[in-house]
Amino acid sequence: MKYMMLVYETAANVEERNHAADSPYVAAWKTYHKALVEAGVYVDGSPLREPGTATTVRVRSGNRQAQDGPLAEAKEQLGGFFVLELPSLDAALDWAGRCPAAATGALEVRPIDVAFHANFVDP
Amino acid sequence: MEETARSIEEVARSSYGRLLAYLTARTHDVAAAEDALGDALLAALTAWPRDGVPRNPQAWLLTSARNRLIDGARHMRVREEHAGDLALLLSGSGDLRPAEEWPDERLKLFFVCAHPAIDPALHTPLMLQTVLGLDAARIAQVFLVLPAAMGQRLSRAKRKIREAGIPFEVPTDHNRPVRLTAVLEAVYAAYGLGWDEAVGADPRGRELASEAVWLARALRQAMPGEPEIQGLLALMLFCEARQAARRTPGGTYVPLSEQDPAVWSPAAIREAEAELRAAAGASRIGRFQLEAAIQSVHCDRAQSGRTDWHAIVAFYEQLVRLAPTLGVRVGQAAAVAEARGAEAGLAMLDALDGPAVGAYQPYWAVRAHLLQALGRRDQAAKAFDRAIGLTESDAVRSFLLARRVPS
Repeated sequence: MKYMMLVYETAANVEERNHAADSPYVAAWKTYHKALVEAGVYVDGSPLREPGTATTVRVRSGNRQAQDGPLAEAKEQLGGFFVLELPSLDAALDWAGRCPAAATGALEVRPIDVAFHANFVDP
Repeated sequence: MEETARSIEEVARSSYGRLLAYLTARTHDVAAAEDALGDALLAALTAWPRDGVPRNPQAWLLTSARNRLIDGARHMRVREEHAGDLALLLSGSGDLRPAEEWPDERLKLFFVCAHPAIDPALHTPLMLQTVLGLDAARIAQVFLVLPAAMGQRLSRAKRKIREAGIPFEVPTDHNRPVRLTAVLEAVYAAYGLGWDEAVGADPRGRELASEAVWLARALRQAMPGEPEIQGLLALMLFCEARQAARRTPGGTYVPLSEQDPAVWSPAAIREAEAELRAAAGASRIGRFQLEAAIQSVHCDRAQSGRTDWHAIVAFYEQLVRLAPTLGVRVGQAAAVAEARGAEAGLAMLDALDGPAVGAYQPYWAVRAHLLQALGRRDQAAKAFDRAIGLTESDAVRSFLLARRVPS
């Protein structure tokens, strides 16, 4: 199964990875990423620019409304994502627990709806 | 007719969990398997009175449920990852092997129900529904929620089991101890529900308690050499041994210290002692072994005529380190009061003061007894009032009312 790992980071961690390339947090991410690739479970992923760069868009009554900032203001913000190919949720929870962001922020683990996706990608 | 209906009910009761576990271990779809098994039972109600009860009723039900699952899958969009499972189901259809020949998958179902990705409040309800076949209305009744609400929460959990990829397997890695603890806690919660209900008008409460013992036996068989499983089984057996002594023939509540040990079941105590000894052999102490050890000291009164409260206090000291719950701390205070005097016990209760004790009935019951023993009658009467107001059991209410000395 494919799992989407949504990485919620603290402001301090986002700051660290943006401005201190040699920080322990960045070093931990490098080894974590390497471990994912070497285990053969890594499919895709990327960090995101800081939450301050986000714009939230809604269309209401035909009008497009753009709002400065992320959808929800919270202590931890969506800081990146990666997709893993794994046999079960247990394996996904294990990998989530090893992620450096989990120690200070949180990871949301969501199964990807592969079957639904296939329905409109390959008609 | 009557007889056939009864034998359907018997087969359903004794084999429901096993049939459901077998089906879901292959499809991972608990709700669909429940529907299919329900349909199979309905079909049996028509076919068996007409054609006679089949030689192998379990296999008949399994084949019927399996065919329904396959029919159902043909009408729905079949998820890619389940196509293989359904093929597996198909390949075995038609053969009516006796139940002993198909694997018992209930243990996997236990671990699915108590999975960390499932809300802990739903672990026990899921187990009751899937392994024992209790319906949502009945489960809602013991958990004091509306049947519709319980039904919704259970179906949400089943959807998550299917769609999030919760594995149907017994963990063998580093997660195993934590996962097993969750399973044991859910089984013990079922026992607690049955225990509380046993005092009520509903005879099914007693059934729930013995079903919980049965679950622990099934676990013990499936995972031999796990000391905490044996500890849990011993704990429940010690409590079961005293079942008949908990009420007078007239239904009045009898506290443990006033129970007549001659009424306790020696057979259950012997079995519990053997389990606890076997568990101790592994030298891996745990919460359930300690709780069983405390009950073992209580049951020893049948032999020695006295209760070794100092031994009980020593076990509580270890237990508090492993499981510092409010219930354990109140039990510890009661034991300390017996061993070292009411003053010492009361001091421990005072140290617990906090918002959590306000609505915790055992805290107020123990407090009332200790204050009364110390001759602090006004305070005792107030504590009795609180304990009486918080109790859910009629028998306990009458017992406390009788002990309460008006201020």
